[in-house]
Amino acid sequence: MTTELLAPPERNYLSAGYTARSWLLTVDHKRIAILYMVSITLFFFVGGAAAVLFRLELMTPEGDLVISETYNKLFTLHGIVMIFLFLIPAVPAVLGNFLVPLMIGARDLAFPRINLLSWYLFMLGGALVMWSTFVGGVDTGWTFYTPYSSTYANTNVMLAALGAFVTGFSSILTGLNFIVTVHTMRAPGLRWFRLPLFIWAHYATSLIMILGTPVVAAAIFLVALERGLGIGIFDPKLGGDPLLFQHLFWFYSHPAVYIMVLPSMGVVSEIIACFSRKRIFGYRFVAMSSMAIAVIGFFVWGHHMFVSGQSVYAGLVFSFLSMLVAIPSAIKVFNWTATMHKGHVWLSTPMLYALGFIGLFTMGGLTGLFLATVAVDVHVHDTYFVVAHFHYIMVGGSVMGYLGGLHFWWPKITGRMYPEWWGRFSAVLVFFGFNLTFFPQFVVGYLGMPRRYHTYPEEFQIYNVMSTAGASILGVAYLIPLIYFIWSLKYGPRATANPWDARGLEWEAASPPITQNFETTPIVTTDAYPYAEDEQRTEETLLV
Amino acid sequence: MNDGFRLHPEQASEIAASVDALYFFQVGVTVFFTVLIFVLIWTFALKYGRARKADRILPPHEFWATELIWAIVPFAIVMIMFGWSAVIFVRGSQTPPNAITIDVIGKQWMWRIYHPEGKREINTLHVPVGQPVRLRMISDDVIHSFYIPAFRAKMDVLPGRHTFMSFTATKPGEYHLFCAEYCGTQHSFMRGRIVVMEPGVFADWIRGSTDEPPEVAGKQLFEQFRCNNCHHNNPGARCPPLGGIYGTTVALQDGTTVTADESYLRESILNPAAHIVAGYKNEMPLYLGQLGEEDVLQLIAYIKTLPSPDATPRSEAENSKP
Ligand code: HEC
Ligand SMILES: [Cu+2]
Ligand SMILES: [Cu+2]
Repeated sequence: MTTELLAPPERNYLSAGYTARSWLLTVDHKRIAILYMVSITLFFFVGGAAAVLFRLELMTPEGDLVISETYNKLFTLHGIVMIFLFLIPAVPAVLGNFLVPLMIGARDLAFPRINLLSWYLFMLGGALVMWSTFVGGVDTGWTFYTPYSSTYANTNVMLAALGAFVTGFSSILTGLNFIVTVHTMRAPGLRWFRLPLFIWAHYATSLIMILGTPVVAAAIFLVALERGLGIGIFDPKLGGDPLLFQHLFWFYSHPAVYIMVLPSMGVVSEIIACFSRKRIFGYRFVAMSSMAIAVIGFFVWGHHMFVSGQSVYAGLVFSFLSMLVAIPSAIKVFNWTATMHKGHVWLSTPMLYALGFIGLFTMGGLTGLFLATVAVDVHVHDTYFVVAHFHYIMVGGSVMGYLGGLHFWWPKITGRMYPEWWGRFSAVLVFFGFNLTFFPQFVVGYLGMPRRYHTYPEEFQIYNVMSTAGASILGVAYLIPLIYFIWSLKYGPRATANPWDARGLEWEAASPPITQNFETTPIVTTDAYPYAEDEQRTEETLLV
Repeated sequence: MNDGFRLHPEQASEIAASVDALYFFQVGVTVFFTVLIFVLIWTFALKYGRARKADRILPPHEFWATELIWAIVPFAIVMIMFGWSAVIFVRGSQTPPNAITIDVIGKQWMWRIYHPEGKREINTLHVPVGQPVRLRMISDDVIHSFYIPAFRAKMDVLPGRHTFMSFTATKPGEYHLFCAEYCGTQHSFMRGRIVVMEPGVFADWIRGSTDEPPEVAGKQLFEQFRCNNCHHNNPGARCPPLGGIYGTTVALQDGTTVTADESYLRESILNPAAHIVAGYKNEMPLYLGQLGEEDVLQLIAYIKTLPSPDATPRSEAENSKP
């Protein structure tokens, strides 16, 4: 077994330098991952603070806490920050950055300097968004719909859009880096179908990043042209077409949902395998379903436009194609569940998050079908039903996956263990807080409450009060890990190289890993997840 | 409107009940699979807890048969949803021939309604029960969305182009009207009422209107914007006669033809270069940005009242107007 106590290596990547310079100019993928982790955590709490404020406002039907303008700026800030500055980079740029090279037995990513450039671009984008907020905010919604954003809004659209534009380049470069790395830097013997599912998920995500992001960048650029120079592109008064923007925007932003959730699915696969002590059931199907989701995801954008005036036929075609996404998603959920069958299930903190992910993603996916169903979507489009649905995917899915992964690899990243009891407690709290926040929104959405409403009819109040109550619980549940993670950096027990007795090359590196990751390049002789019955063989081959 | 706890809004249109039926089918599917996964996870977690003794003789890591089943079953279920919804959707987007058309103009942040009889309303729409209604909608500024939850009906209202929405109300009463597409500061105040009335009551209501019919203002605009400088019906005019044009088929310079409906007339007024009438030159000025959607609506109403040149000698056409 690989569990024997390895003392932390004297010179690990964390002790490689303590100066600000050693961090800000590092090209070590692991240190860059930490840079991302710190930055997105800050952004997460900025986005969260905005949510706290508008949830408080929504306790009452009247607009009493803030004025409409402020309310609109708050939900816009929440959306832009959470999507562009937290969810899109969360798993890939933090966990992916840290783990992709480790999992494939490489020394670093293919282009370490570009990796650092990605972070600087990301921070530049983030700074622009923050700046736009400090000088007054933006009120277009994160969707920047034209012609409102391009002609009518008189807030800081240009700054915020530029911010989103710049972060886009950061994710293009990250995607490019991952693809080249996975193609060219796998350890000897690590064939494609031996790759951990985390790598497959990141590979699929990277494809979306490099194929989709340029399109949204173009769309944002065109908005800037119209807004800045008055060139008619989207505003009919200038001879433009407002729907063109929606096509361009959703061509990226639907697949972007998969940028946000596929990496978390990769995380969940790793966790489920480890804490069931079994190889993932239907490994190849789970791997290929990530690819299928990435591909189909590019052909479904029209489901955001069923009531936009697109033709009935286009509506039916997009409805049909959107339905197809259900199949690879179902395959994943069933295979994860089947993996637990006859395993040795250990309900540790990461596992609780992973199981929470499965449950909430299942609900998010199934309610997505309501939205792919044209006849129902006509009614629920732009209501709280949609808000609930995508929070089930993006918070119930992506964020749960990110937190699960953070707990799972925390010992690897920091060399310290987090307090397990608090971990489980906050995982359960997140689950309940989440459901209390977002479940009522399905109901109030079907009753007809439109999203982005500052004031609303009285009969919707009870559901909003529930949501706000849930959000307060959720807020606390997110603060707890923040506190104990920081605490563990100093007081957490030292972690061994493989505290979970997990399989995978990253667990062969020390905790925390040395700068070069491995003393010698590992050689792979088994498929991924050689748990259980492969135990004997593993010992011989992985510990050479 | 508020009668305690409910799971769906009032069903007040022809399609409402069928949309709800499909919705509850989907709720059923969702509950079934969520419970299934939940139960499986907890059974496995407890039965195969790591400290527990259990039969763990391992099955293969992969079964084509199971993978196929859990691909095909979801596929079959979503295809039922798709087919079912397609039927409702196609039916809902067709306009019955006897529908009355009501014009809607969305404007930050109010709804203006124009009944064909000349009655105007703001943020309230009265319709008779049982009568198919078609809304012809356009926005004066940004995108809005006309949403009536009780009818399960919604359609975006775009600037620069008409969109249409049809429904038949089935239950007298008052229902919410919401703007569902975020449209700026006062978005959440862009709401109003739909009042569904018995046909007789509605007829009285609309007959009692004292609003000026739109063609009156249209005639003024026609003169104010000098349309009559060109579009007089004197022989040798450089412009096509407008009398009787509504509903006819117009031959265009590029060899195609169009039906002169509201959308065509609107485009011809605001952006004449988009369609040039065969035999004429692109001489008409661009009115885009000078005329609002309400002006255009009134001009069209006026053009509709102009007698066709066949019926009256051209020179009299202009003078014989009310
Ligand atoms: C300078 C002369 C001129 C003025 C002023 C003018 N038009 Fe025109 N209009 C034309 C010409 C020439 C055409 C035919 C070429 C074309 O289709 O653009 C035309 C075409 C039209 C058509 C399409 C007719 C068809 O047969 O399809 C409509 C409708 C119309 N004009 C309405 C108006 C209205 C309303 C105004 C006032 C707001 C107006 N026009 C002002 C010259 C003019
Ligand atoms: Cu989508
Ligand atoms: Cu509006």
